[in-house]
Amino acid sequence: MSAVIEHDNHEDHHHGPDKGLMRWVLTTNHKDIGTLYLWFSFIMFLTGGVFALVIRAELFQPGLQIVEPEFFIQMTTMHGLIMVFGAVMPAFVGLANWLVPMMVGAPDMALPRMNNFSFWILPFAFSMLLATFFMEGGAPNFGWTFYAPLSTEYAPPTVTYFIFGVHLMGASSIMGSINIIVTILNMRAPGLKLMQMPLFVWTWLITAYLLLAVMPVLAGVVTMMLMDIHFATAFFDAGGGGDPVLFQHVFWFFGHPEVYIMILPAFGIVSAIIPTFARKRLFGYASMVYATSAIAFLSFIVWAHHMFTAGIPITGEMYFMYATMLIAIPTGVKVFNWVATMWKGSMTFETPMLFSVAFVILFTIGGLSGLMLSIVPADFQYHDTYFVVAHFHYVLVPGAVFSIMAAVYYWLPKWTGNMYNEALGKTHFWLSFIGINVTFFPQHFTGLAGMPRRIPDYALQFADYNMISSCGAFLFGFSQILFLFIILQTIRGGKKATDQVWEGAHGLEWTIPSPAPYHSFSTPPKNLEEAHG
Amino acid sequence: MKQGNTTSFALKLAAVAIGMFGFGFAMVPLYDVICDITGLNGKTGDQVATTEDVVATDREIKVQFIANNNAGMSWEFRPTVRTMTVHPGASYRTDFFARNPSSKSMTAQAVPSVTPYYASRYLHKTECFCFEQQQLATGESIEMPLHFIVDRDVPDDVHTLTLAYTLFDVTEQEDVALARLH
Repeated sequence: MSAVIEHDNHEDHHHGPDKGLMRWVLTTNHKDIGTLYLWFSFIMFLTGGVFALVIRAELFQPGLQIVEPEFFIQMTTMHGLIMVFGAVMPAFVGLANWLVPMMVGAPDMALPRMNNFSFWILPFAFSMLLATFFMEGGAPNFGWTFYAPLSTEYAPPTVTYFIFGVHLMGASSIMGSINIIVTILNMRAPGLKLMQMPLFVWTWLITAYLLLAVMPVLAGVVTMMLMDIHFATAFFDAGGGGDPVLFQHVFWFFGHPEVYIMILPAFGIVSAIIPTFARKRLFGYASMVYATSAIAFLSFIVWAHHMFTAGIPITGEMYFMYATMLIAIPTGVKVFNWVATMWKGSMTFETPMLFSVAFVILFTIGGLSGLMLSIVPADFQYHDTYFVVAHFHYVLVPGAVFSIMAAVYYWLPKWTGNMYNEALGKTHFWLSFIGINVTFFPQHFTGLAGMPRRIPDYALQFADYNMISSCGAFLFGFSQILFLFIILQTIRGGKKATDQVWEGAHGLEWTIPSPAPYHSFSTPPKNLEEAHG
Repeated sequence: MKQGNTTSFALKLAAVAIGMFGFGFAMVPLYDVICDITGLNGKTGDQVATTEDVVATDREIKVQFIANNNAGMSWEFRPTVRTMTVHPGASYRTDFFARNPSSKSMTAQAVPSVTPYYASRYLHKTECFCFEQQQLATGESIEMPLHFIVDRDVPDDVHTLTLAYTLFDVTEQEDVALARLH
């Protein structure tokens, strides 16, 4: 706050960033903090990726070769936790930090000091979580969904570090989302109406409300675990009058909105990129806003579809099945709008567009397998198999992760002032695209045939598909080194980017110079025609 | 925008977050209430003081008794009778046997579960060992009574009721006031 005020008072006193390490520790600049978030999430992405490759290496052949089963389950648990809370969520918050103030014509985030705090909590949270590998009892081994009593009565002693880690990252997310909501609703350039905002801003506004509603519930459920473990309460212990199924209800009340938290900003990114490279306005802007709101609302009333096999009355199962299927309607609206935007457009396929088109196709595949899972009798067969693994990886990797990569390629010239190497970018895309499909498509088949998830060994008939899957995983994993190289190369130099960067780009962020100056929109922009692309 | 405006808005949003933290905990009693109404977790109700109702002698229901030990529980625990054939509305008594073979004094809590779940609210217990904890010294054994009535309104498609008890070791938690133990 004070930074904004100070800046208003000294309009003539333009200063750049401080020098040295303390610039990053003390910064309240939204662009610096956005950069910190993005690098942090990239480090976590590589860390979680290494865990995934340990899993795939073990599953390369049937039998136990590389790791012990105890370590394998720690790998699946930590892979999930790191990717969800350490990679995808901070990446979206980083993008919001960089882009939301520029897109709404604001000089910075509304609460810059809190912004700094909410980032710097994260390295501590994840250090705590990762430190458990070196402690007695090992890392958390109860799956990323940490169902009680696995995570209470049978948990390793390090579970307390996990609980406080979750508390810290939850606090970080809540502060981040408060900041984003206040920025969007209070700091828009005068005259910029809500229905003029770019869809990335809209989807983040809705996501921030989801975060605000469910991250405290996650904090609540881990607090109950903490009390069960250390203070002899019995929230989830049937012997003391509690109920382990209650854990699943509270967890999934958080968990289902959480999966939309990881995809709604992706919808916003793709809605920015596809119009640019189709050189058309986004088809159905208003319906996109309403569809996003509808998805957010529905996310609160479908949680028990994760628990069909936990023993729910048949009427409850019917309700959750139909409510879940309902989500396909607003999601379908979005997919049709993206396709209609591309229809008869003058399309070119630069790297961000390739990632976005792949997003539309592969996310739809993931959505359709989700519809299959929503069918109660089918779910009894698919539950806890690799079909579920294939489903949520199709929506999270070529969904959320591809959208983040698309966003990085799309806005990197604005951030650094340099164009990335297009040939290398396209190579990265195709390696990732092939890698991801080779990894996860065969898992549909092994899952339908009954291969259970989170198990380090499997029956012999699954051997071929698992070997293919592991090859794809290593291809995808190692092609991210190319991604890192491209980003570093672009930061160091390259063809200078114009202010607009892309021929068809519209939006306030393209009206300021490239690279974006350290302080932008110190005076609010006048021409708001360009606001939404 | 003015700073005061921003701060108060942020504080309001923080209040929402705190409220949702509370809501997470409110889900605990809420879940219990919903389970009470629907019986969906198979738990049976509180102790009832039902007097003998009109007995439906034309209907017979088989009641099966199962006794399980929770993981790590060392007691011998079994029903003295495995099945009973009862008439809805009439009161019956049966016993469960428990013995502590371990070398220390232990406290146990039995938790019931009824299958099918939708019949759980038609199984009334006028007296049950599961309403309290059992403390047994080394080698001590006990016959624990259960008095129950199957409600006359039990759905027609229910021909067999299974009442399963799981015995939990609560020696460590003895001092804690445990809510809702039935």
